[in-house]
Amino acid sequence: MTWIGALSQLIQLAVAVLLAPLLLGWVNQCRAWLQNKRAPSLAQPYRMIRKLFLKEPVIAHNASPIFRLTPYIVFGAMALAAAIVPSLATDLPFATAADAIALVGIFALARIFIALAAMDIGTAFGSLGARREMLIGFLAEPALLMVFFTASLISQSTSLVTIVETLAHREFVIYPSLAFAGIAFTMVSLAENARVPVDNPATHLELTMIHEAMILEYSGRHLALIEWASSLKLFNYSCLGLALFFPWGIVEGAHDVVGLLWAIPVLVGKLALGGFLLALIETMSAKLRIFRAPEFLGTAFLLGVLGMLVHQLLGA
Amino acid sequence: MSLPLSSQLLNLLAAVLLLLSFAMLAQRRLLSLVSLFAMQGFALCLATLLVALTSTQTHLFYSAALTLVLKVIVLPYFLYRMIHKLEVLWDVETLLNIPMIMLLGIVLVVIAFNLAVPISQLSSTITRSMLGIALASVLLSFLMMITRRKAIPQVIGFLAMENGLFFAAISATYGMPMIIELGIALDVLVGVLILGVFFFQIREQFDSLDLEHLEKLRDE
Repeated sequence: MTWIGALSQLIQLAVAVLLAPLLLGWVNQCRAWLQNKRAPSLAQPYRMIRKLFLKEPVIAHNASPIFRLTPYIVFGAMALAAAIVPSLATDLPFATAADAIALVGIFALARIFIALAAMDIGTAFGSLGARREMLIGFLAEPALLMVFFTASLISQSTSLVTIVETLAHREFVIYPSLAFAGIAFTMVSLAENARVPVDNPATHLELTMIHEAMILEYSGRHLALIEWASSLKLFNYSCLGLALFFPWGIVEGAHDVVGLLWAIPVLVGKLALGGFLLALIETMSAKLRIFRAPEFLGTAFLLGVLGMLVHQLLGA
Repeated sequence: MSLPLSSQLLNLLAAVLLLLSFAMLAQRRLLSLVSLFAMQGFALCLATLLVALTSTQTHLFYSAALTLVLKVIVLPYFLYRMIHKLEVLWDVETLLNIPMIMLLGIVLVVIAFNLAVPISQLSSTITRSMLGIALASVLLSFLMMITRRKAIPQVIGFLAMENGLFFAAISATYGMPMIIELGIALDVLVGVLILGVFFFQIREQFDSLDLEHLEKLRDE
């Protein structure tokens, strides 16, 4: 591992961690515009995180160490994922740490801890949210794996680096199987990031909330870390989608710091477009009943499997 | 290994056709079902046009035009008018639950793909790998006709099955002879017209379009 590689890795990590709240702010702004509302400022998530960091955390008497540790574990898992996902350059030192399947495992680790922490206090809302989260999670994970398998079949490897290099730097070929996988991935990331068709990030309505129900007991710096981690999760999923389906602009190799700096505006542009599309999807669709969520994710799984089958039949 | 652009586009259209078949299988709303049918017809028309351009078979241009007029404009408009007149804009019921139907659909796709492999090796057209998808969409339309209880979705399933057969003919042998295609088109058109009359009769008799009523036979 050379020092240039380490520097590139640090740049990518810093960009991810610092830009993630901005992406969330941008999505919220687009959504407000599309709904004819006055938009909050782009920096609103940063202000929120700062305010929460300055506040004193309040913890229930019967909270176990899991409850205290979870914000750090969740944030750490998301930051690790941000280091692994090839968002700016492909061959970074951390990229060998996990392939696509292990990455799903990292996301699952964060999910399990946040669900445990939600049940830890013993409030009704916490365990309700945890149950719903696990329902969504166990349906979303296989669909996500199918998406990765489709991309892996095309590039003959489960390593994200190889997938990106195969798709970005070979001559342009239309892959119908990737189109299926792309739709499935969009559906999975809507469900995983608690966006509108499955969960609504803007309300605290007890009948419908999933993610918000789990973090009701958190306050102060713990809540700040959780909020930051969930914006980082959105950022990671967006970068993953861009890496799998629109990999152009990602620098190959880790020894080109200037190219890496050029890749940042490209990434920001792609994310701005992606965030706008996310806001558009959220505005145009209504929230599903919770019992329709398995149907939604079942469709995502089906599309992932169809992508694999179509790849087997057509070889493309 | 990379194919020419026209084959890639054909593969993409075939995949879109399969996707639309699944969407029709899972769609509960009648009006969306009709627009999905029109979209499937449009994808079929584009695929026919593309095959016509690459294989320089002139009669395929006529069948593309026929598809466009009949399956994208006339039949969907007719179905739309009928739905409005029958005042059935509500949700479509399904017999099994939708994830179950989707899983059945995946099984059918696997069967169709396996069946098509030996057949498509005998064929010499550029479109031969699409035969599996055509077969899959025929089977999916069958499944749709089996699982629906109301009359109009069953008719749409029948029409979608015809789309799949047409696609199979294109992918295996560059389409059927013109006279047969014209005959089939006329059959489909007249069939839908007659079924439209049936809908009104069924509703008059039973006060609903649920075909379960037809299964009860009475002695008296």
